Amino acid sequence: MEGMIHSIETFGTVDGPGIRYVVFVKGCPMRCMYCHNPDTWLMKGGETKTVEEILDDYERYKPFLKGGGLTVTGGEPLLQIDFVTELFEEAKKRDIHTCLDTSGIQFRRNKPEILAKYERLMKATDLIMLDIKHIDPVEHKKLTGQPCDNIFDFLKFLDEQEKEIWIRHVLVPGITYIPEYLERLGTFIAQFKHVKALDVLPYHNMGKEKYDKMGMDYVLKDVPEATKAQAIEAREIILGAMKKERQRLKDSGEF
Amino acid sequence: MFKMEAEGWNGFVGGKWQKEIEVRDFIQKNYHPYEGDDSFLAEPTQNTKDLWQMVLDLSKKEREAGGVLDMDTKVVSTLTSHGAGYLDKDKETIVGVQTDKPFKRGMNVYGGIRMAMKACEDNGYKVDPEVVEFFTTHRKTHNAGVFDVYDEEIRKCRTNHIITGLPDAYGRGRIIGDYRRVALYGIDFLVADKKKQKDSFGNVYTDHVIRLREEISEQIRALGELKQMAAAYGIDISKPATNVKEAIQAVYFGYLGAVKEQNGAAMSLGRTSTFLDCYAERDLANGTFTEEQIQEFIDHFIMKLRIVKFARTPEYNQLFSGDPVWVTESLGGVGIDGRPLVTKMSFRYLHTLDNLGAAPEPNLTVLWSTRLPINWKQYCAKMSIKSSSIQYENDDLMRVTHGDDYAIACCVSSMRVGKEMQFFGARANLAKCLLYAINGGVDECTGVQVGPKYRPITSEYLDFDEVMEKYDDMMEWLARVYVSALNIIHYMHDKYAYERIQMALHDRDVRRYFATGVAGLSVVADSLSAIKYAKVKTVRNEQGIVVSYETEGDFPKYGNNDDRVDSIAADLVSTFMNKIRKHHVYRDGFPTMSVLTITSNVTYGKNTGDTPCGRKHGQPFAPGANPMHKRDTNGALASLSSVAKLPFMDSQDGISNTFSIIPGALGKEDQVFAGDLDVDLKLD
Repeated sequence: MEGMIHSIETFGTVDGPGIRYVVFVKGCPMRCMYCHNPDTWLMKGGETKTVEEILDDYERYKPFLKGGGLTVTGGEPLLQIDFVTELFEEAKKRDIHTCLDTSGIQFRRNKPEILAKYERLMKATDLIMLDIKHIDPVEHKKLTGQPCDNIFDFLKFLDEQEKEIWIRHVLVPGITYIPEYLERLGTFIAQFKHVKALDVLPYHNMGKEKYDKMGMDYVLKDVPEATKAQAIEAREIILGAMKKERQRLKDSGEF
Repeated sequence: MFKMEAEGWNGFVGGKWQKEIEVRDFIQKNYHPYEGDDSFLAEPTQNTKDLWQMVLDLSKKEREAGGVLDMDTKVVSTLTSHGAGYLDKDKETIVGVQTDKPFKRGMNVYGGIRMAMKACEDNGYKVDPEVVEFFTTHRKTHNAGVFDVYDEEIRKCRTNHIITGLPDAYGRGRIIGDYRRVALYGIDFLVADKKKQKDSFGNVYTDHVIRLREEISEQIRALGELKQMAAAYGIDISKPATNVKEAIQAVYFGYLGAVKEQNGAAMSLGRTSTFLDCYAERDLANGTFTEEQIQEFIDHFIMKLRIVKFARTPEYNQLFSGDPVWVTESLGGVGIDGRPLVTKMSFRYLHTLDNLGAAPEPNLTVLWSTRLPINWKQYCAKMSIKSSSIQYENDDLMRVTHGDDYAIACCVSSMRVGKEMQFFGARANLAKCLLYAINGGVDECTGVQVGPKYRPITSEYLDFDEVMEKYDDMMEWLARVYVSALNIIHYMHDKYAYERIQMALHDRDVRRYFATGVAGLSVVADSLSAIKYAKVKTVRNEQGIVVSYETEGDFPKYGNNDDRVDSIAADLVSTFMNKIRKHHVYRDGFPTMSVLTITSNVTYGKNTGDTPCGRKHGQPFAPGANPMHKRDTNGALASLSSVAKLPFMDSQDGISNTFSIIPGALGKEDQVFAGDLDVDLKLD
């Protein structure tokens, strides 16, 4: 099966554990204001690659990828869920660690044929990195152009599937970098047992150049970058709220 | 004839090294591999901090003075030309500077009086007229000798930059004396050995024997002068060093002698850390010195290496983007018996980057093997992230040819310490050579007929087979002229600027690598790929010379692990090396080649016209074997895999790849990212 690929990064070090072979796919329904890969939004203009081509290429770097593995990101990988599923199933046959970086936006629990696809994909997935863009539904819509209910439901689904989950959250001054939201985020994710890591990414404007090149307006042009110290502080706030909530759940016997 | 024991050898495991000069044997029998971590390392002492502050202050003054604080214009630098010089005599544990005070540059004239004069003039000084007169009228220099012999063709190649950076006006460098010998054996033992060598040729006086006897006499004289140089500091190096402080001092004096005598393009130190650790371990066991003291000696030693300075011209500094000395020190690696050659001293050397702060010199080079101890690997990574000052080279690759007591000269040139040396040979511009092939030997920038008047390409679109055939002929020509120039250079350098003290710290029979080099590899690979896989149209000026190219369509680019173009690069390396091998080389040299430029790629770009790959006149080449900037689009592993396909046996003098990455892109820092919430959130 063929996928529509944006690019390959053979030395990915920030998209999952270890050194990873990262496949960036084309196409995304979200329009996050801070997106630094706007060139992946549209499905057209990519390069088609087969599952076999990708995995054969992966094999060429195997000695470097010990302790790492294969990550699919994008774009939104699950626009091409059939392709990703086949890629991961074949990868598992070759004993490759698989990691999916997704927004979860495509998830629909109420559609059995879609749910079945997700269940099948989860069987071949070792790790999910889920981007939670914003904890507040109204703000989420403003920031990404999409509602958040399916995303939050997807997180619930992953937890039920007993999948290892890493949560990623981009800290944008004035948008997500607000203590109230950070606390709400922590409280929310506390209920999911399989959340194993929390990655708070300071917002940077390195994507701006791409917008300029593509002749697009960069909405966040007046928003300052977040610092590493702010990311550490924000992470502490989220973890603090998470801890508190877990303690409460534990005390009330719900966890 | 040798005295078989010495006070300095007490407590060491004896062996062959006591009967003949064999430092490796000493190391193998006496070193203690260290697999622990960096927790034993000591902080800088107050004296170290004070001395380093003095260096920083002097560096600032030097910058404010325009790059040079003081220069000698009267006294030609030799081993004994100056008395002792200090930063602060009471605080320094390791002493010695090139002239009578730190930051005062010595005057080296044997490489070329013209260069010495220019180096002074460009910095606002003037060489004493008597010195000029003497070295113009009475004593010839290397540079003068070379230009007496150069022919028209070689001169044209130089001025049109198809052969560049030739060491014909300055010291060739790239020779590493085995400075450890001074510590292990002491000067008297070394002199006795050299005297024995001198009488080992019999009495048939062939040219060869005459030359060797004269050279060894010079070496013996230089050893004596080295002893005098040390004596000026009140230190006797006639006998083996008795503790680690003396050993470091003796090694440093050996090196200091070399940099007083030679202003070489690269003056590297060798592989001294594990050797010195044998002394440190002995002293620690005996309670002679504490860890803090030993670290202080090393800090002071490294500090001295950081202030080695030469008188150079702005052009030279432009070519090398600075004023580098290439005090390369090779650390770590694995022995042929499988034991890592990492010792506590290897850690102490890298620890100077903490104690004194990061610096480009000495060029600390880690000989990397997959089998190095994990603690050492982690420490190297940590210090790399902190300082961006460490160079890495593939020990697993080089150990096969050089064993386990080789060191790196300059950036990548490997040689067995004290047993092998090299004739440094700069490089040939293969990208320009391709343009000569297209233009029938006419230089695309100057319009001068530099190469042979072969038939140029006249078609509008370039045909791959036609270009390749012509390129092969042009490379054949270039290799011949290039090797000829180098033969002349090294003959004259041996004659007029012989490296007496460095060669005194070598065996009698030395393997001489005849090093050549190429520039523009990725430019040529991409250009040939463009001609082969896309359509390349020529753009001519009024004289009909092709000065630019229009490329239609896409083509595979070197740096993406794509065999279609990577094989072109690999073949090119083998092809040019084989052309070099066809020629007679000076003094039974062993021809090698490097694909190396760290900074001069910028200058090559300035002097090379448009190339078929789409690069414009003036745009820099990629450094060394690097892919062209931004043409590697599949990440670092794909890029490095392309480089790794280049055949080492055909570029045995080294292949360099400059790799920059911001630490953040190498993985997340654990404060921001834990990866393990279970630990954080333990509620029980």
